[in-house]
Amino acid sequence: MAMQTTEGRPDAAALSTEPAIELVGISKAFGPVQANKDISIRVMPGTIHGIIGENGAGKSTLMSILYGFYKADAGEVLIRGQKTEIPNSQAAISAGIGMVFQHFKLVENFTVLENVVLGAESGARLTPSLAKARKLLVELAREYELNVNPDALIEDIGVGMQQRVEILKALYRQAEILILDEPTGVLTPAEADHLFRILKGLKEQGKTIILITHKLREIMEVTDTVSVMRRGEMTATVKTAETSPEHLAELMVGRKVLLRVDKKPATPGKTVLEVENLSVTDIDGVQRLKDVCLNVRAGEILGVAGVAGNGQSELLAALGGITAGTGHVRLNGEEIDLTGRFSDGQSRRARGISHVPEDRQRLGLIMDFMAWENTAFGYHHDPAYQKSRLLMDNDAIRADTAKKMERFDVRPPDPRLKAKSFSGGNQQKLVLAREIERNPDLLLVGQPTRGVDIGAIEFIHQQIVALRDQGKAILLVSVELDEILSLSDRIAVMFDGQIMGERLPAQTDEKELGMMMAGMLKGG
Amino acid sequence: MDTMPKWADVILIPLINLILALLVSGLVVLYIGENPIEAIGILLDGAVGSTRGWGYTLFYATNFIFTGLAVSVAFHARLFNIGGEGQAAIGGLGVALVSLSVNWPHWTVALPFAILGGAVFGAAWAAIPAYLQARRGSHIVITTIMFNFIASALLVYLLVNVLKVPGSMAPETAAFPKGAHLPNAYEVLGWFGIPFNKFAPLNIAFLLAVICCFGVWALIWRTRLGYEIRAYGHSEAAAVYAGIRPFRITMIAMLISGALAGLMGINAVMGEAERLVIDSVQGAGFVGIAVALMGRSHPLGVFLAAILFGILTQGGIELEFEIPAVSREMILVIQALVILFTGALENMVRMPVEKLFLRLKKKAG
Repeated sequence: MAMQTTEGRPDAAALSTEPAIELVGISKAFGPVQANKDISIRVMPGTIHGIIGENGAGKSTLMSILYGFYKADAGEVLIRGQKTEIPNSQAAISAGIGMVFQHFKLVENFTVLENVVLGAESGARLTPSLAKARKLLVELAREYELNVNPDALIEDIGVGMQQRVEILKALYRQAEILILDEPTGVLTPAEADHLFRILKGLKEQGKTIILITHKLREIMEVTDTVSVMRRGEMTATVKTAETSPEHLAELMVGRKVLLRVDKKPATPGKTVLEVENLSVTDIDGVQRLKDVCLNVRAGEILGVAGVAGNGQSELLAALGGITAGTGHVRLNGEEIDLTGRFSDGQSRRARGISHVPEDRQRLGLIMDFMAWENTAFGYHHDPAYQKSRLLMDNDAIRADTAKKMERFDVRPPDPRLKAKSFSGGNQQKLVLAREIERNPDLLLVGQPTRGVDIGAIEFIHQQIVALRDQGKAILLVSVELDEILSLSDRIAVMFDGQIMGERLPAQTDEKELGMMMAGMLKGG
Repeated sequence: MDTMPKWADVILIPLINLILALLVSGLVVLYIGENPIEAIGILLDGAVGSTRGWGYTLFYATNFIFTGLAVSVAFHARLFNIGGEGQAAIGGLGVALVSLSVNWPHWTVALPFAILGGAVFGAAWAAIPAYLQARRGSHIVITTIMFNFIASALLVYLLVNVLKVPGSMAPETAAFPKGAHLPNAYEVLGWFGIPFNKFAPLNIAFLLAVICCFGVWALIWRTRLGYEIRAYGHSEAAAVYAGIRPFRITMIAMLISGALAGLMGINAVMGEAERLVIDSVQGAGFVGIAVALMGRSHPLGVFLAAILFGILTQGGIELEFEIPAVSREMILVIQALVILFTGALENMVRMPVEKLFLRLKKKAG
C-alpha cells in the first residue's frame, strides 16, 4: 500500500528555526532483523512530537540510539544543527537529552532529593550538593507544576509521583529535550491528564518533548506533530491537527482497522461464576484481595478495571488455580476447591475454566517450547494427545496445533516454531486458540491485548465477543480503560484489593471509572 | 529465528571448543618441555589404538554416561544435581549388597536385582536433598554436595567396620559370588568370534548405559512426565499456571537422576571390581557434570561427550605412564581445559560462529 507523507516538505515557518533534534538516515540491524531502516525525522524546538507505532516497529530502538544505548549502523544525529556523536548516555545527557523510561530507574529506599542528585553530585561531599539541589528542585517544581515532597522515600510515593521524579531528574540535568517512553502505561486516567498538563507546561517553557506511545488517544490529545513507524520504517510524519485516529491506525498497521468493537447487546443467561468473599494473602502476609464478591453470567463479559497492581492479578491467579485463597467460589452452582488437593490449574481446567493469563510470556507460554508443545500446555493430560498410557502423541498435537493456528490466523502457521519466534500478537493468538478452543464454561482473560499490535487487537476482541455470543461467561481483566469500556457488558472496578463498585458501560465514562480506580469514589 | 543450522550447534561448536582446548593443552605440554604432537599421539594411541585401549576407554565412558545422564535429567527440571558422586557411591553400595546377599545362580538373574539395588539406593540418596529443596527451599547445589561428603564418610565407616572381610586388612567387601560376574567385552564378543583384549574392564553394563540413553531420550521428549519436567525446568511460574505441581516434579526428577547415578555401580562395582572398594566412583560423578554440559543434556550428546572423556581418562593414564614429566595433575589440567572451553567459554566460540553463518546467509540470500 502506498504511504502518503509530508516528510521533507517543511513549511516556511519551520525553516526559520533550526530543529531541536534531527535524525538523518538512521539504520540499525540486530542480526537479520532490521530494527530501523533509513529513518529521518526533524523535531522542532518547543513542540511535542509523538512517535507512534506497533510493538516491534522500532520506536524503542530509535530512542535507544538517541540516548546512546545502541550505536546506529548508519546515519547521523544533529542536535540544534550540530552533528553530535552519542556513544553513551552521559553524552546524551550533556547534549541536553533527558529520558523517562517506561520502567522507572529509581532507588526505592532513597528520598526524592537523593534520587534526583544521584549521579549528578557536584562534589565529593554530599551535603552542599543536596542543599543546592533542594533549592533548584523547589524552583523547578514551582515553575512546572511538578509538586513532589523532596524528602519522601520513593517506595512511599505512588507511580504518578515517581514519574514526576524521573522528569525532575532530567530537568535537574538541564535537559532541553525530554523523551518519554510509554509514560501512561502505569497511570490512572487522572494521573495521565496531570502528566499531559505538565508536558504542555514544559512545552510552553520552550522544552522539546518526544512522546513514544501506542495509544492513539494520547497522540491526538497532546502532540503537535506525529511520526508513524511501521516495521522499522518511518511511514509518515503528519501534523496532529490534520489527522485522525483512524488515519493513524491505518498508517501504523498498513490497512484499514476497526477501532470500535462491533458487538450485539448481551443476552445473559444463568449465573456461571459466583465469587463470595474471596481473599488472598501473599507470602509476605500482605492481603492482596479483600473479600471480593462478584458474579458472571453465561453470555456476558464482566470487565474488571483498575490500575495495575490493585489485586486484579491475584483475582485471576486465585480463580485460575495458581494461588490459594479463602472464601467461596462456585462454578455453575458447585463449590470450587480453593486451597486443597483440587485447587490446581489442572482441576480448574477439568471443571471448564480456561485462563488466558495476563503475562503470556511468563505464564501462558514457554518461550523455548515450540508452538505445538505450547498448545498442549495445561492440556497435556487430554486423552486425544496420548498415544499410550506413557507416551504422548506428538503427531496428534502437531496436527491439532496446525488446525488451531489456521483458525486463529497465527502467522507463520508453523507448529514447529518456538513461541519466542512469534510476534506478541501471534503469541497471544496461540494462547487464545488453546484456551478458547477448549470451549470452556468460563474464560478468565487478563490483558488480552497488552503488547499486541492494532491489527491483532481487532481479531482478539472479535474472538472474545464470539465466545460470549456462544453463551459462555467471560471475566476480563484489563488496565486499558478503552478496552474495558468497549468489550464489557458490565464493569467492576478494583482498587486496593477490593471491588469499588459496578457500572454499566453505557451509564458511565472514563472520568467516573478513573475516580473509582483511584479509590476516590465508591459506589454499588 | 534460528541463526545457525542445527549441525553447527551440535557438532561444529563443540568440535571447535575441543580443538581450542587441545591447542591450549599443547601449549602447557610445550611449557614443561615436551612435544605436544608426540603427547597427543600417545594419548590417542593409548585410548583407541588397541582393543585394550578401547576396553578401558569405553569402560570409563560407561561410568560417565550414567553420571552424565543423571545430571542431564535433573538439568531438564532446572535442578543442578552435583551429588552424582555420592549417589553413585551409595548406588554402588546397593549393588554390592544385592550381589553379596544371595549366591546367585547366573548373572542374568543377578543383574535385574543389582540394577534395582543400585537404582533404589542412588535414588534414596538423592531423595533427601530433593525433599529439602521441594519443601523447605534448601538449595539443591548445597545439599547434594554435602551429601557427597556424607556418602563418602558413610562408606568408609561401613567398609572399615561392617562390611570388611574378618581378618583382612583391606577396607573392602568380600569378592562377589561367581554367579554375579557380569560378562566382559572379551567374553561377549567371544560369543560372536570377535577377538578382544582379555583384561579390559569393559563389560555388559555398557549396553545398559546405551539403553539408559535411549530411555532418557524417550522419557524427556516422548512422555507426559518428561513434558512436565521440561516445562517446569523452563519456567516454574508457567508450570504452576498449567497445573504442574513443583513438588512432584522436583521429587521425580531427582529420584530418576539419583537412580541413574546409582546405576554406575553396575559398571564399576559389579562389572569391574566385583567387590565394593573405597572410592569406587573416582570422580566420575563430577565428570558427569561436564559431560552433561558438553552434551547439552541430550542423551546423544551425553553419549559422545562421555566417550570423549573416556578417551581423555584412559589416554591420560597412558600418557602419564609414557612421559613421566606429564604428571597426573597435568592430565587433570587438560581435562579441566576441555571442561572450561566446552562449558564455561562456550559463548566465546558461539558468537563468532553465529556471525559467520549470518554473513554466509546474507551472501547466499
